[in-house]
Amino acid sequence: MSTDTTAAPVRDSHARAWEGTGWGFAVKLVLMAAVNAIGLYVAWSAWDVDQWGVLVASLALVVVADVVYFSRRRIAGKYLYPGLVFLLLFQVFTMAYTLYVATTNYGTGHNSTQEQAVEALLIQNERPVDGAPTYPLTIVRDGEDLGFAVVDDSGQVLVGTADEPLAPADDAVVDGQVVTSLDGFEAVDLPTLLADPALQEDVLELRVPTSDDADSGSYRTREGTRATVYASSLDWDPEAGTMTDTTTGTVYTADGETGQFVAEDGSTLPVGWRVGVGFDNFTKAFTDDDYSGPFWKITAWTFAFAFLSVGLSFLLGLAIALLFDDKRLRGRAVMRTLFILPYAFPVFLSALLWRGMLNSNPDYGIINSLFFFGQRIEWLTDPFLAKVAIIGVNLWLTFPYFFLVCTGAKQSLPSELSEAARIDGAGPWRHFRAIQLPLLLISTTPLLISSFAFTFNNFVIVYMLTGGGPRFTDTSAPLGHTDILITMIYQISGVQGGSADYGLASALSILVFLVVGGISAVAFRRTRKLEEVL
Amino acid sequence: MRKTTLSVAAVAAVSLLAACGGGETEPAETTEDTAAAEESAAPEASGNLVIWSDEERAEAIETAAETFTAETGAEVEVVTKNFEDIRADFLAQVPTGEGPDLTIGAHDWLGSLIVNGVVDTVDLGATVDEFEDVAIEAMTYDGQLYGLPYAQETVALIRNTELAPDPVPATWDEMIAAGEETGADLPFVINTAGADGDAYTYYAFQTSFGAPVFEQNADGSYTTEIGMGGDGGYAYAEWLAENGQGGEGLLSTDWTYDIANQEFADGNAPYTVAGPWAIPTYTDAGIDVAVEPVPAAGDETAAPFVGVQGFYLSAQSENKLLATSFLTNYMATPEAMQAMYDADPRIPALTATAEAVAEDPIVAGFLAASQNGAPMPSIPEMGDVWDHWNAAEAALIAGDAEPEAAWDKMLADLDATLNG
Repeated sequence: MSTDTTAAPVRDSHARAWEGTGWGFAVKLVLMAAVNAIGLYVAWSAWDVDQWGVLVASLALVVVADVVYFSRRRIAGKYLYPGLVFLLLFQVFTMAYTLYVATTNYGTGHNSTQEQAVEALLIQNERPVDGAPTYPLTIVRDGEDLGFAVVDDSGQVLVGTADEPLAPADDAVVDGQVVTSLDGFEAVDLPTLLADPALQEDVLELRVPTSDDADSGSYRTREGTRATVYASSLDWDPEAGTMTDTTTGTVYTADGETGQFVAEDGSTLPVGWRVGVGFDNFTKAFTDDDYSGPFWKITAWTFAFAFLSVGLSFLLGLAIALLFDDKRLRGRAVMRTLFILPYAFPVFLSALLWRGMLNSNPDYGIINSLFFFGQRIEWLTDPFLAKVAIIGVNLWLTFPYFFLVCTGAKQSLPSELSEAARIDGAGPWRHFRAIQLPLLLISTTPLLISSFAFTFNNFVIVYMLTGGGPRFTDTSAPLGHTDILITMIYQISGVQGGSADYGLASALSILVFLVVGGISAVAFRRTRKLEEVL
Repeated sequence: MRKTTLSVAAVAAVSLLAACGGGETEPAETTEDTAAAEESAAPEASGNLVIWSDEERAEAIETAAETFTAETGAEVEVVTKNFEDIRADFLAQVPTGEGPDLTIGAHDWLGSLIVNGVVDTVDLGATVDEFEDVAIEAMTYDGQLYGLPYAQETVALIRNTELAPDPVPATWDEMIAAGEETGADLPFVINTAGADGDAYTYYAFQTSFGAPVFEQNADGSYTTEIGMGGDGGYAYAEWLAENGQGGEGLLSTDWTYDIANQEFADGNAPYTVAGPWAIPTYTDAGIDVAVEPVPAAGDETAAPFVGVQGFYLSAQSENKLLATSFLTNYMATPEAMQAMYDADPRIPALTATAEAVAEDPIVAGFLAASQNGAPMPSIPEMGDVWDHWNAAEAALIAGDAEPEAAWDKMLADLDATLNG
């Protein structure tokens, strides 16, 4: 961002020109029209589905876009706007949402709102009554009032509404099992019902008592052509916020702290809802016995893995880069291409291949049969060897990157420096230590840092190669010796099945972010010092 | 300039923070938005059903939907998704109102769908009797039916008819003896999922020792009481260790899914335990196979897990009546079930269709195996069992652990996970 943009432009850009060809302006108008159209479309769709947040956000973004691009000033804004939008959508929003989830108990059994939990509990506890009859059903209505007309086993038509229990209706006309006309009611045929969503909802909600005794259950229909007796065993009292089990009389009270219905004896109903739990999730990682032990081990291994992987692959890449920079070497172009190959394969594929090659049985595992004389070496099941295997495979996967980077950086070093060093009498080692390495580090350190951040969260290699195993034997948490923080979070989040704890997983993600962010910040600060060499 | 940039950022940030309260998964909204837009544009039109399915079965559902649309006027939109993603997406999106009306799914998801309150019950009425018992049992939870079962699958003993022309012996020992007589490299091969362990494929052997994963009620439903403890469990642990790499070497953690399939397809083993999904691998390699129930290693019947696939109804669907009508009147028919079978051959859950396709001896073999089997528990606790269970079995097969100690450790871990 330069500071002199306020100076009056000598000539307007094409994008502002009203006169002359004005092509720039036309293109700009078209583009902005498209942006506005998309923004308004999103806003309109959001309106339809009651997503007010999305509505406000998209309108605001459109307005800001118009202001920025149609104003004569705000030059920097014109360049920054697209990037900022993506930053907001994909970074800020995600982070804010993660932070929000981290302060809730979102997870298995706490998936939604209290309202939906109540709904689900009522659904789950309204059951068909054993041995009760199922009758062919016709929906009937009297103005706004809906009723059920059923034909019982003897062919007698019974009619009832929400207030009136089923009672014989002698004047009904029946065609097969369908009631076609009835005194005081209008029969609704099936096509009419299936074409009217609002009517369907009313029909689904309708309960026609079987008799004056409220406890004997009531007729309801699920698909519009059959009525069956159902009875509910849970009673919801919205005023008091309590659920009463009508068979045992147990009263469950809504507990806003834990997001569950709790009875006096401590028993709970299965469906709960999402509530805020403050910073519990952050402390749980350090205090819960099942997690705190493995957490520290896994943290230590994550650091070791990230530093060793990046360090070793940088050294190997650098060594090969220097070697292949020597002009006396033949076939350099071919060799360089070959070295890049591991980098060209998708990581998950290579990891799976390596997993097969590292099979401890020499009949199946090519590594043991070719390089270790057919010995049985437990590459993936021994805690130490599994770590070696992971670092080794990751080294194989990532050294080509540093090889490429170092080759490029080396070629861009001014040759006068090498000559000057040679004239001053520096040997090759001295030349490398004092001239080449510091200069190379200036351009490669930012890449080392980003590599570190990536490796720190390198989920794929661990998940595909060892799946985190072999497992710790001293904890009940399903974690293992090669799990890194990100795979640990995945295990805890339970997306692969099992009980999920998104709250805890989000809290851990934030901790990992702080660690990676902190280290990167410190490292970048140090990079600036490196630049002072020049 | 800097001030401008900041204010742009501030305005946008505030508006987006406001958006946090709203939808959480933006990409999925597109189809829904369009559907909603159409609906509001023509309020007179009937509601539309949205069904999630994987790619293989989408077409068969669309075919069933054509009749439905012709007769009711309601449009059906089949959204194809990766089967592995459906469970998590259904859990996350139903509460936001972005979920489908119906989704295809596996019965063992049921427990978590229930405690998360995203699934509604289904009433099949008298049609229930037309389904295989094990399929209805699998989709039933706490006495309520939570979906329309449509297919079942299980593992069975697969025999290479060239190496072992005789029908499968009734016990493990006899099978191993017969297998060794054939002179093949391995008398038997089975997927152990490498060092991870695969309790699923091994389960028939475990139940033959009378050690089910969870205790069952008289009606076949599962309690949350772990059933793997006691003498049966120890006997099974003992058996794994005896036959594992530290013992006879008949079982091995070197065998992954691919290796086990390859050994069998190469004709190196006369017997294996596998599911219908592995059959093409064998037949493509030119192996003639016969399918029979798994032989017992202990004294009881070897009962493999039966997995059931079905359709779930969303608890937040706005078209429940329409969706239920589609399920009970248009999917629960022999024609629709046959179409589903043709699209993706899994053993049908509707008895009439199952019998019709059982003319194929391989299907008949799997059907017989599933009739021996027990549904995989659908209680939410099931999802937490695998990790510990697989690991304990792998350790025993590898010969790394003392049977009783390892089994006790697993039971203690399970207790901590389930009750802690």
